[in-house]
Amino acid sequence: MKKLKVIAAMSGGVDSAVAAARAVDAGYEVVGVHLALSSNPQKYRSGARGCCTIEDSHDARRAADVIGIPFYIWDMAEEFHKGVVENFLSEYQSGRTPNPCLRCNEKIKFEAVLDRAKALGFDGVVTGHYAITKESPTGKTLHRAADIDKDQSYVLAVLRTDQIEGAIFPLGDTVKTDTRKEAKERGLFVANKPDSHDICFVPSGDNAGWLRERLGSETGDIVDQSGKKLGEHKGAYTYTIGQRRGLALTVPDPTGEPRYVLKIEPKSNTVVVGSHDALAVSTISATPPTWCGPIPELNKTLRGFAQVRAHGAALACDYKFDGTNLIANLDEPVFGLATGQALVIYDNDRVVGSGTICETI
Amino acid sequence: MSIYFDHAATTPISDSALTALTNQAKKLGNASSLHSAGRSVRKDLEAAREEIAKAIDCVPSEVIFTATGTEANNLAVKGLYWKAIKEGKNLIITSTFEHHAVMDPILWLAEHEGAKIIEIDVDKSGMVDLDRLKQVVIDNKGKIAFISIMHSNNEVGTLQDIAQIVKIAGDIPVHSDCVQSFGKVELSFKELGLTAATISAHKIGGPLGVAALILKRGLDIEPILHGGGQERDIRSGTFNAPSILAFAAAATESASQFKERSVVVRKLKQSLVEVVKKNVSDAWVNGDQANSLPGIVSITFPKSDSEGLLLLLDSEGIACSTGSACSAGVQRPSHVLLAMGLSEDETTSTLRFSLSHSNTIAEIEKLGAVIASVVERSRAASGKK
Repeated sequence: MKKLKVIAAMSGGVDSAVAAARAVDAGYEVVGVHLALSSNPQKYRSGARGCCTIEDSHDARRAADVIGIPFYIWDMAEEFHKGVVENFLSEYQSGRTPNPCLRCNEKIKFEAVLDRAKALGFDGVVTGHYAITKESPTGKTLHRAADIDKDQSYVLAVLRTDQIEGAIFPLGDTVKTDTRKEAKERGLFVANKPDSHDICFVPSGDNAGWLRERLGSETGDIVDQSGKKLGEHKGAYTYTIGQRRGLALTVPDPTGEPRYVLKIEPKSNTVVVGSHDALAVSTISATPPTWCGPIPELNKTLRGFAQVRAHGAALACDYKFDGTNLIANLDEPVFGLATGQALVIYDNDRVVGSGTICETI
Repeated sequence: MSIYFDHAATTPISDSALTALTNQAKKLGNASSLHSAGRSVRKDLEAAREEIAKAIDCVPSEVIFTATGTEANNLAVKGLYWKAIKEGKNLIITSTFEHHAVMDPILWLAEHEGAKIIEIDVDKSGMVDLDRLKQVVIDNKGKIAFISIMHSNNEVGTLQDIAQIVKIAGDIPVHSDCVQSFGKVELSFKELGLTAATISAHKIGGPLGVAALILKRGLDIEPILHGGGQERDIRSGTFNAPSILAFAAAATESASQFKERSVVVRKLKQSLVEVVKKNVSDAWVNGDQANSLPGIVSITFPKSDSEGLLLLLDSEGIACSTGSACSAGVQRPSHVLLAMGLSEDETTSTLRFSLSHSNTIAEIEKLGAVIASVVERSRAASGKK
């Protein structure tokens, strides 16, 4: 039988390196590709971490050498800027809090890269994500990883079934410490390279400063739920729902309770604050839905779990699809939920689907 | 068996050069030492200098050894500028499609040392506009530090009329990057009347890590490396005798054989172009082939993507080049092809094939057998419309 040919997306980190090596062991014909996500590699970020540094492309190349696979660099700067960075900015401008890692998986790794790979004659794309795919009579389905602390199924829940078909996650059954151990045994010197945590295109992890630089820093009012002014902010989009610190309110709360950001209104350039109780959310609507497996029956209420943050808890809920929105009714309220984040629905460990949160009650 | 069509990047070391390299590497002595061991190496080294001088038709003392062609270009550009600036001349004339090793030091001088730059355009056939050059020289009398225009272009292979450029320049110093031309076409430093020329060993079957700036006798330029002053006080650093001897062996071999080889190589290139065009009817060649190096050809495969082309050809065992990449390895639109009027999309749909006498017609046929499907797949992947 002819070997299946796959592209291994190699960030220069330990996970994607071990994933590529395992794909070789599994009998795939593997070609390593590092995605250059900035046309000027120092533009988005300088320093040792991130997806865009010269050091990372070098590390990816050396890992490919050790594994013994061909290695190329693909310029995805334009796609990344349009699909991820511009979307990130416009979401903040609209008062929402986006998750750029989801957009990157959706628009870059499993769209631009997978499409290019297929056109060039490859069968799929290997990444170092911690998630599991399983064969089922209706096609491949997406599941949580064995290492629940590392599970990345949340950021992959934007993949359509055809994208999941072309995705290979060799690390789904592994705990991170074992990945590092294996990297060391394989002679991959990225074995001890630190994990990336920040947004790769935001230098120094200063998200608020980065946004202020690009979107300006027009001051505006911080108000309570009745509209009474309590202070001034330095650019509404640098705040996130549920934020407590850094509000610098000039009017103290009469009860002495701390106040939290409840809402960001970009049109009036105001930030609304209130008590912790006012942050409680029980019903979440998200759209447009992406299904990672079979589409649930229309308007049928089903039991499952909702997750609203990467590495957030699985919240027991009823959910249904009303034809437009994916709606979750949580058993227990959740606090400080921002629109723009993803709602991901699970059927036990299987990812049902996801949507971008548009309304919370 | 892999097929290598990237000889302009580097080419295999010749047997004579390899023998010279290994023999000399076993010999003890620093060529600058005064004792007999040192003198013996110096003797070998000076003989090698004479061989290279003969190959490029200059006086031996005009050969200044450097580590790389990039270093020689930097030395010429900065050295000539710092000399000229003492006379108040700060204008540098160059072309729009120089190699980065010339273009970037010139840009650096503009950024840090007050240099002004006039770039002379090239036309679609890859030739520098000599009428424009003439006008610029007339308009800027007394202000021009030097002119630097490459003898042949590394991406498209077009040969410039350097003798004419030197004539236009009059008493203005002219430097020419001759890295791709040396050992491939007739090249006489003396007859061209150049002030400075850059040549490199590894493009002609010599080893990596040795090159030379040919610099007119009696002209003292500012060094960029300071130290022992081994080379006319213009370049410092211990003589790399083994590599210099190997460079000389390669230079002598190519000087004696380039005429026969160029006939073979040009024929191979013609076959390559025919085979490609037969299989990909809308592919085109960039630059005037009648006026080009024997072995270099740049071919655009419209609506394809050279990253994909290279990957697929590589997987078929065929090596060629996409042009320039930045330090992270990201492919950039070629400034050479942009200067010749190609669109950005077209520049990233282009491959350079560079051949040597060691290539065969069977290799070109192998390319012919796969190119159509490679281009088709790359087009599907490129997203270009």
